[in-house]
Amino acid sequence: MGALVYALTALLGAGAAAAGVAGMLGARWALRIDWLVPLGGLELQMDALAGLFVALVGAGAVPVSLYAIGYAGRERRGALAYAVFVAAMLVVPLAANVMTFVLAWELMSLASYVLVLDGARAGREAAASAYAGWVYALMTHAGLACLLAGMLLLTAWTGSPRFADWTAAAPTFGVGARSLVWALLALGFAAKAGGVPLHVWLPLAHPAAPSHVSALMSGVMIKLGVYGLLRASLAWLAPAVPWWGAALLLVGAVSAVVGVLYAIVDRDLKRLLAFSSIDNVGIVLVGTGAALTFAAADLPGLALLALAAAFYHIVNHAAFKSLLFMAAGSVLHGAGTRDMEALGGLIKRQPWTAACFLVGAVAIAGLPPLNGFVSEWLTFQALLQNVLIPQPASNLVFALGIAGLALAAGLAVACFVKAFGITFLALPRSETAASAHEAPVIMRVAMVATAAACAALALGASWVVPALAAVAATLIPGPPPVTVGAWRTLEVSGDFATLSVPAVALALGAGILLPFVALVALRARPRPRRYETWSCGRLLQTARMEYTAIAFADPFTRVFDFFYRPVKRLDIDMHPESRFFVRRIRYENPTRFIVDDWLYAPLGRALRAVARRTAIVQSGSPNLYVAYVLAALLVLLLVA
Amino acid sequence: MDVVLLAVLQAAVVALGAPLMVGTLRTLKARLVGHRGPVPWQPFLDLRKLLAKTPVVSDTTSWIFRATPYVLAGAMLVAALATPLLTSRPPLAFAGIILLMSLFLLGTFFLALAGLDAGSAFGGMGSSREVAVAALAEPTVMLAVFALALRANTTNLGGIVERVSAEPQLAINPAHLLAFVAFFIVMLAETGRLPVDNPATHLELTMIHEAMVLEYSGRHLALVEWASAMKLLVFLSLLANLFFPWGVPAGITPLAMLGGLLALGAKLVVLAGALALLETAIAKLRLFRVPELLAGSFALGVLSVSAVFLLR
Amino acid sequence: MLRQLALALQHGIVTEPPAREDEVERLGARLADEIRARFSRSLAIRQVDAGSCNGCELEIGGLTGPHYDLERFGVHFVASPRHADCLLVTGPVTRNMAEALRRTWQATPDPKFVVAAGDCASDGGIFRGSYAVVGGVHEVVPVHALIAGCPPSPAALLAGLLDALGRPR
Repeated sequence: MGALVYALTALLGAGAAAAGVAGMLGARWALRIDWLVPLGGLELQMDALAGLFVALVGAGAVPVSLYAIGYAGRERRGALAYAVFVAAMLVVPLAANVMTFVLAWELMSLASYVLVLDGARAGREAAASAYAGWVYALMTHAGLACLLAGMLLLTAWTGSPRFADWTAAAPTFGVGARSLVWALLALGFAAKAGGVPLHVWLPLAHPAAPSHVSALMSGVMIKLGVYGLLRASLAWLAPAVPWWGAALLLVGAVSAVVGVLYAIVDRDLKRLLAFSSIDNVGIVLVGTGAALTFAAADLPGLALLALAAAFYHIVNHAAFKSLLFMAAGSVLHGAGTRDMEALGGLIKRQPWTAACFLVGAVAIAGLPPLNGFVSEWLTFQALLQNVLIPQPASNLVFALGIAGLALAAGLAVACFVKAFGITFLALPRSETAASAHEAPVIMRVAMVATAAACAALALGASWVVPALAAVAATLIPGPPPVTVGAWRTLEVSGDFATLSVPAVALALGAGILLPFVALVALRARPRPRRYETWSCGRLLQTARMEYTAIAFADPFTRVFDFFYRPVKRLDIDMHPESRFFVRRIRYENPTRFIVDDWLYAPLGRALRAVARRTAIVQSGSPNLYVAYVLAALLVLLLVA
Repeated sequence: MDVVLLAVLQAAVVALGAPLMVGTLRTLKARLVGHRGPVPWQPFLDLRKLLAKTPVVSDTTSWIFRATPYVLAGAMLVAALATPLLTSRPPLAFAGIILLMSLFLLGTFFLALAGLDAGSAFGGMGSSREVAVAALAEPTVMLAVFALALRANTTNLGGIVERVSAEPQLAINPAHLLAFVAFFIVMLAETGRLPVDNPATHLELTMIHEAMVLEYSGRHLALVEWASAMKLLVFLSLLANLFFPWGVPAGITPLAMLGGLLALGAKLVVLAGALALLETAIAKLRLFRVPELLAGSFALGVLSVSAVFLLR
Repeated sequence: MLRQLALALQHGIVTEPPAREDEVERLGARLADEIRARFSRSLAIRQVDAGSCNGCELEIGGLTGPHYDLERFGVHFVASPRHADCLLVTGPVTRNMAEALRRTWQATPDPKFVVAAGDCASDGGIFRGSYAVVGGVHEVVPVHALIAGCPPSPAALLAGLLDALGRPR
């Protein structure tokens, strides 16, 4: 039953992707239905930026929906919410007035909220899912409040709820007014995108949701936050003010490092992937911030380069993050747990899932020749040219961005060695992992198709990047930042940097085959003998002797302990009749979340204190309430 | 046609020169402490012996364990082709430092996976430490790249070599020297030399790189050792040719390649001597002091970049 | 660092040539020609302590010093038996170490051989007949060469190894 809905959603996605690509290539159309939505009517408009994001949502929905047929197709619950979710995400980029946008945005949030709560199904982690849903709803509505405040201000000032009118009126506002609105809108959109410190809902909601929903939430939904930021900065409130770009750059760099630092120490596979999404959103925000800064400094070529890099990373991240979440879902489906401390050895039980996860891991770690490497490379090339901005303050911000991004890139490699190595390699650490089964065919098809898409996005970089640069050019007019040379070489900013992905892929392939062929020719390949792992002659080799996920992250916990602030607790229970025999030892060394401790806990306490004070008003006495009504009536009569 | 000849020659120089470099280092280190030491071409004899052994492969491992030596060797061969070794324009002319560092990370990624694959505590420990050191060295690399790219206005390796050699006075610029020292420390960390990691240690608890390869034998071990030697040679050649690019010819005629080879040889002898002296004189750092060393190299990188801005 | 360089230049190379045949008493069996040819220029040794008193280990340790310098013959010690060609076993093989020694032998890739060093390794030495001792390495793994002594001096060890490899000195 659910399978039918998922299949229809896949078709919808495919159609939307085609329409989106048409929009990117120049098709323009508008749709207006006045009576469908109150206060302005339904208004949709296709342009290049909307086309890109519609294509992103559509193309992302196709493999994930096919996957969902295998993962959750037998159930009815959640299928309709999923379809509504995808449909709402398709409308958001197309929306051309406030009510349409807000309605679509809220539908998207509500549908995903329902799906997050759905994780409480079968009694598994019911409390955790409920908490995750609550935090998610809270953050998303706090963000919506900021969005509405900003949008209503603009509506009041321009007298119209239509985005086209805002774009036309933008240059007439002062810098202060535009910055105020931008700050409100940026808060709302950054909360949706998952920028630190507004990211707290991401690591709760994404693991709690079913895997196909997590794939879409991480791969596509959080990018709509970036879409909003771009629309706000480059259309509704143009021209960009320099501090906007610097703020986004810093938030991006901090998100990148914080995201991956928390990902490394996590033992839950899906939460690790959620934190990694925060890392990648940080990279996108760095590119976006750089684009805004270059635009404000009157360097349109570099702004286009940075924006094209951000778009490319958005597309790439959608591809490899949905692949990783689908593979993680397959692990959960086959092995029954997503706790890495209980997994292991799955490469032998789930070879297809393992191979797909490996492709996703190599891509997200930014290793050649896959797509993550190319988009990170492009982002770095944009950042490295910041010397053309003659302000030392900007140069300093860019240098911080470069260092932060480099650290995040290195840490991401470590994180995904851990994620793949502990989950799939060596011996299984529990019974459920030892008896895992492979995913059904349709799930495998979806994952393999997405893995192929990752490779295609990398090899086809010399077609994709110029197309994305053309989309960017509709927002910031300027000369094309990237040209294509011989061997499909990407030439960035003239001869500042060059890269030919097909050549690298070919060279790697040849380099890997060469020693193999040489050894075969030399007949120097005796058949290996099988024996046990070398363990110093120990008599027993079990899974208990392997490295654990937490042990793997130990060097990082030590180096960054000023950030994790772990609280060590050691409880030793002695035997009651003797003070020499230990009955039980309990050791805990959890990392604490710095943003929760420093920002949200004090905020929560302050809110509760204020609420307690104002609760005096609710005395419970009906006489007092009648008195309130009378007083309000009097005040209204006097004022009106 | 010349490009093909250059590619073949450059690959041969690295493939054959790498074991020679490692052997020379060992002999030099031995002489500095009063040993007669092995002959400089000993690694060739070791590799030949290893190729004839029957590998022992653990039941716990998967195809990743057997594929990793080839991936590692392949990545190093491509890195060798992307470095300006013999001439200022390497065969993979489009390559920049970021691509080169990412190729090294690709090798580290798979080697770390192979270390985890055997399911032994040694392998896991080696993998965990190796990726930690590699991750912490990344920001320094990027800042050194930034400093070089600022000066030469390109991240293309061939371009950097050409522009720095066109203006020799750039090489004694303090920013340049600071970047060199920072990159030297990164080289020590990435190739597993003292004081970060002792390549000749037998104590597993002190190992970083060696612990990951404890499970390899026969031809797999030969490939991994060869790849490590190539990584060292590529790093030393980068240090030699990027920071002191005199003698690196611009053309790709056979005569120019020979001249480039001789110049590179001379620079490598000096670097090898300095490295041997350094490794003999200082002791290995405690593992948890290595991040401090890398932080120090990061600070040098920051100083180098600031110096570029201040001295424009 | 310069102090190290000065020291090195001052003392020079102190390696001694290996002892002549008549100076050392040793008992050895020659390895098969094929193995000998393979390893005469490059040998990796994994030393296994099968319950020895560590006297032999101290003498073996002397081999890596500057005076006896094993590395000049292309021989070096390795940490993992996977990397080794030869197991240099000392000790009478206590019962607790017998299985570990067997597994170490199995973990070594072919072609491989065993050199037993010391009187304990040949037949149990002064521990022969003890309840805790198996009695000689040959009871657990095949032995290809034997170096007698309690403990054998580094010169004897070196001579024995070179003899087993058939290396001209």
